[in-house]
Amino acid sequence: MSAANSEIRYLTPINVDVKKKKYCRFKKSGIKYIDYKDADFLLKFVNEQGKILPKRITGTSDKYQRKIAQAVKRARHIALLPYVGDLLK
Amino acid sequence: MTNQYETVFIMTPVLSEDQMKEAVSKFHKLLAEKGAEIVFENNWGLKKLAYPIQKKSTGFYYLIEFKADSTTVKDLEIAYKRDERILRFLTIKLDKHSMAYNEKKRSDKPKVQKTEA
Repeated sequence: MSAANSEIRYLTPINVDVKKKKYCRFKKSGIKYIDYKDADFLLKFVNEQGKILPKRITGTSDKYQRKIAQAVKRARHIALLPYVGDLLK
Repeated sequence: MTNQYETVFIMTPVLSEDQMKEAVSKFHKLLAEKGAEIVFENNWGLKKLAYPIQKKSTGFYYLIEFKADSTTVKDLEIAYKRDERILRFLTIKLDKHSMAYNEKKRSDKPKVQKTEA
Protein backbone atom coordinates (compact mmCIF):
# COMPACT_ATOMS: atom_id res chain seq x y z
CA MET A 1 0.00 0.00 0.00
CA SER A 2 2.62 2.45 1.04
CA ALA A 3 4.83 1.39 -1.80
CA ALA A 4 2.06 2.09 -4.29
CA ASN A 5 1.43 5.52 -2.82
CA SER A 6 5.02 6.54 -2.90
CA GLU A 7 5.04 6.51 -6.62
CA ILE A 8 3.05 9.36 -8.02
CA ARG A 9 1.93 8.77 -11.51
CA TYR A 10 0.65 11.29 -13.95
CA LEU A 11 -1.61 10.68 -16.88
CA THR A 12 0.19 13.23 -18.93
CA PRO A 13 3.87 13.91 -18.52
CA ILE A 14 4.30 16.89 -16.27
CA ASN A 15 5.49 19.96 -17.94
CA VAL A 16 8.84 20.77 -16.47
CA ASP A 17 9.46 24.36 -17.35
CA VAL A 18 12.59 24.49 -19.36
CA LYS A 19 13.46 28.12 -19.00
CA LYS A 20 14.70 29.61 -22.17
CA LYS A 21 18.03 31.14 -21.46
CA LYS A 22 18.05 34.86 -22.04
CA TYR A 23 20.85 36.26 -24.05
CA CYS A 24 22.25 39.63 -24.85
CA ARG A 25 21.06 40.56 -28.29
CA PHE A 26 23.91 42.99 -28.81
CA LYS A 27 26.56 40.43 -28.09
CA LYS A 28 24.82 37.90 -30.23
CA SER A 29 24.38 40.09 -33.26
CA GLY A 30 27.59 42.02 -32.80
CA ILE A 31 26.13 45.49 -32.37
CA LYS A 32 28.79 47.78 -30.97
CA TYR A 33 27.01 51.09 -30.82
CA ILE A 34 23.47 51.95 -29.84
CA ASP A 35 22.15 54.94 -31.69
CA TYR A 36 20.18 57.45 -29.64
CA LYS A 37 18.61 58.80 -32.83
CA ASP A 38 16.79 55.56 -33.51
CA ALA A 39 13.79 56.05 -31.25
CA ASP A 40 11.86 53.08 -32.61
CA PHE A 41 14.66 50.73 -31.65
CA LEU A 42 15.06 52.21 -28.18
CA LEU A 43 11.35 51.73 -27.64
CA LYS A 44 12.09 48.03 -27.21
CA PHE A 45 13.97 48.78 -24.03
CA VAL A 46 11.43 50.95 -22.28
CA ASN A 47 8.05 50.10 -20.82
CA GLU A 48 4.76 51.81 -21.54
CA GLN A 49 5.64 54.63 -19.22
CA GLY A 50 8.96 55.25 -20.88
CA LYS A 51 11.02 53.72 -18.10
CA ILE A 52 14.13 51.78 -19.01
CA LEU A 53 13.58 48.05 -18.60
CA PRO A 54 15.94 46.21 -16.27
CA LYS A 55 18.42 43.83 -17.80
CA ARG A 56 16.87 40.94 -15.95
CA ILE A 57 13.90 41.29 -18.24
CA THR A 58 15.60 42.09 -21.53
CA GLY A 59 18.58 39.81 -20.94
CA THR A 60 21.03 42.49 -22.00
CA SER A 61 24.55 42.22 -20.65
CA ASP A 62 25.93 44.75 -18.22
CA LYS A 63 28.05 46.48 -20.79
CA TYR A 64 25.22 47.05 -23.24
CA GLN A 65 22.67 47.88 -20.58
CA ARG A 66 24.80 50.88 -19.74
CA LYS A 67 24.88 51.86 -23.40
CA ILE A 68 21.13 51.50 -23.69
CA ALA A 69 20.63 53.69 -20.66
CA GLN A 70 22.94 56.31 -22.14
CA ALA A 71 21.17 56.21 -25.50
CA VAL A 72 17.71 56.41 -23.96
CA LYS A 73 18.70 59.38 -21.86
CA ARG A 74 20.15 61.17 -24.87
CA ALA A 75 17.03 60.46 -26.85
CA ARG A 76 14.95 61.91 -24.05
CA HIS A 77 17.04 65.04 -23.98
CA ILE A 78 16.45 65.83 -27.63
CA ALA A 79 12.76 64.96 -27.29
CA LEU A 80 12.79 61.77 -29.33
CA LEU A 81 11.53 59.85 -26.32
CA PRO A 82 9.41 61.22 -23.51
CA TYR A 83 10.69 61.49 -19.96
CA VAL A 84 7.30 60.46 -18.72
CA GLY A 85 4.86 58.77 -20.97
CA ASP A 86 1.65 56.92 -21.00
CA LEU A 87 0.64 54.17 -23.37
CA LEU A 88 3.81 54.29 -25.39
CA LYS A 89 3.03 50.91 -26.82
CA MET B 1 43.14 67.20 -29.30
CA THR B 2 41.03 66.63 -32.35
CA ASN B 3 37.98 64.50 -32.03
CA GLN B 4 34.95 63.75 -34.06
CA TYR B 5 31.73 65.11 -32.65
CA GLU B 6 28.11 64.92 -33.51
CA THR B 7 25.71 67.66 -32.65
CA VAL B 8 21.94 67.77 -32.91
CA PHE B 9 19.96 70.91 -32.28
CA ILE B 10 16.30 71.76 -32.31
CA MET B 11 15.14 75.10 -33.63
CA THR B 12 11.81 76.74 -32.95
CA PRO B 13 9.03 75.90 -35.41
CA VAL B 14 8.12 79.59 -35.80
CA LEU B 15 11.05 80.14 -38.17
CA SER B 16 10.51 80.28 -41.89
CA GLU B 17 12.55 78.12 -44.22
CA ASP B 18 14.98 80.95 -44.92
CA GLN B 19 15.33 81.90 -41.28
CA MET B 20 16.09 78.31 -40.47
CA LYS B 21 18.77 78.14 -43.15
CA GLU B 22 20.19 81.38 -41.85
CA ALA B 23 20.44 79.93 -38.35
CA VAL B 24 22.15 76.83 -39.66
CA SER B 25 24.62 78.85 -41.67
CA LYS B 26 25.48 80.82 -38.57
CA PHE B 27 26.67 77.67 -36.88
CA HIS B 28 28.43 76.59 -40.04
CA LYS B 29 30.31 79.82 -40.02
CA LEU B 30 31.19 79.43 -36.38
CA LEU B 31 32.54 75.96 -36.98
CA ALA B 32 34.48 77.12 -40.03
CA GLU B 33 36.02 79.94 -38.02
CA LYS B 34 37.26 77.48 -35.46
CA GLY B 35 38.79 75.37 -38.17
CA ALA B 36 36.40 72.50 -37.81
CA GLU B 37 35.92 70.09 -40.65
CA ILE B 38 32.31 69.18 -41.32
CA VAL B 39 32.03 65.52 -42.12
CA PHE B 40 28.33 65.13 -42.55
CA GLU B 41 25.13 67.02 -42.00
CA ASN B 42 21.53 66.13 -42.16
CA ASN B 43 18.37 68.13 -41.98
CA TRP B 44 15.66 66.08 -40.30
CA GLY B 45 13.11 68.77 -40.93
CA LEU B 46 10.13 69.57 -38.79
CA LYS B 47 9.50 66.86 -36.25
CA LYS B 48 7.07 66.39 -33.45
CA LEU B 49 8.67 66.58 -30.03
CA ALA B 50 8.02 63.81 -27.55
CA TYR B 51 7.17 66.44 -24.97
CA PRO B 52 6.71 70.21 -25.20
CA ILE B 53 9.80 72.40 -24.88
CA GLN B 54 9.18 76.10 -24.23
CA LYS B 55 5.52 75.42 -24.99
CA LYS B 56 6.38 74.24 -28.51
CA SER B 57 5.32 70.83 -29.63
CA THR B 58 7.34 70.70 -32.85
CA GLY B 59 10.80 71.73 -33.91
CA PHE B 60 13.32 71.72 -36.74
CA TYR B 61 16.01 69.13 -36.14
CA TYR B 62 19.44 69.51 -37.62
CA LEU B 63 22.45 67.28 -37.28
CA ILE B 64 26.08 68.11 -37.94
CA GLU B 65 29.01 65.77 -37.65
CA PHE B 66 32.37 67.46 -37.48
CA LYS B 67 36.01 67.02 -36.63
CA ALA B 68 37.29 69.66 -34.28
CA ASP B 69 39.21 70.64 -31.24
CA SER B 70 37.60 70.07 -27.87
CA THR B 71 37.56 73.81 -27.22
CA THR B 72 35.36 74.29 -30.27
CA VAL B 73 32.58 72.36 -28.63
CA LYS B 74 32.55 74.74 -25.74
CA ASP B 75 32.26 77.74 -28.03
CA LEU B 76 29.58 76.03 -30.04
CA GLU B 77 27.51 75.28 -26.97
CA ILE B 78 27.82 78.84 -25.72
CA ALA B 79 26.57 80.00 -29.10
CA TYR B 80 23.64 77.60 -28.79
CA LYS B 81 22.74 78.92 -25.39
CA ARG B 82 22.86 82.52 -26.56
CA ASP B 83 20.69 81.82 -29.55
CA GLU B 84 16.99 82.11 -28.79
CA ARG B 85 16.05 80.10 -31.84
CA ILE B 86 17.61 76.99 -30.36
CA LEU B 87 15.29 75.01 -28.13
CA ARG B 88 17.61 72.13 -27.35
CA PHE B 89 20.99 70.83 -28.36
CA LEU B 90 23.09 67.79 -27.78
CA THR B 91 26.74 67.34 -28.62
CA ILE B 92 28.45 64.03 -28.20
CA LYS B 93 31.91 62.75 -28.88
CA LEU B 94 32.02 59.85 -31.27
CA ASP B 95 34.12 56.84 -30.45
CA LYS B 96 35.32 54.35 -33.01
CA HIS B 97 32.18 52.23 -32.81
CA SER B 98 29.81 55.11 -33.33
CA MET B 99 31.92 56.44 -36.17
CA ALA B 100 31.80 53.04 -37.83
CA TYR B 101 28.05 52.94 -37.26
CA ASN B 102 27.50 56.36 -38.80
CA GLU B 103 29.76 55.54 -41.69
CA LYS B 104 27.85 52.38 -42.39
CA LYS B 105 24.51 54.10 -42.13
CA ARG B 106 25.61 56.69 -44.65
CA SER B 107 26.95 54.17 -47.10
CA ASP B 108 23.80 52.10 -46.80
CA LYS B 109 21.44 54.94 -47.45
CA PRO B 110 22.03 55.58 -51.16
CA LYS B 111 21.22 52.01 -51.98
CA VAL B 112 17.55 51.43 -52.47
CA GLN B 113 17.64 47.83 -51.48
CA LYS B 114 20.30 46.05 -49.56
CA THR B 115 21.32 43.00 -51.50
CA GLU B 116 22.93 40.32 -49.48
CA ALA B 117 24.68 37.77 -51.57
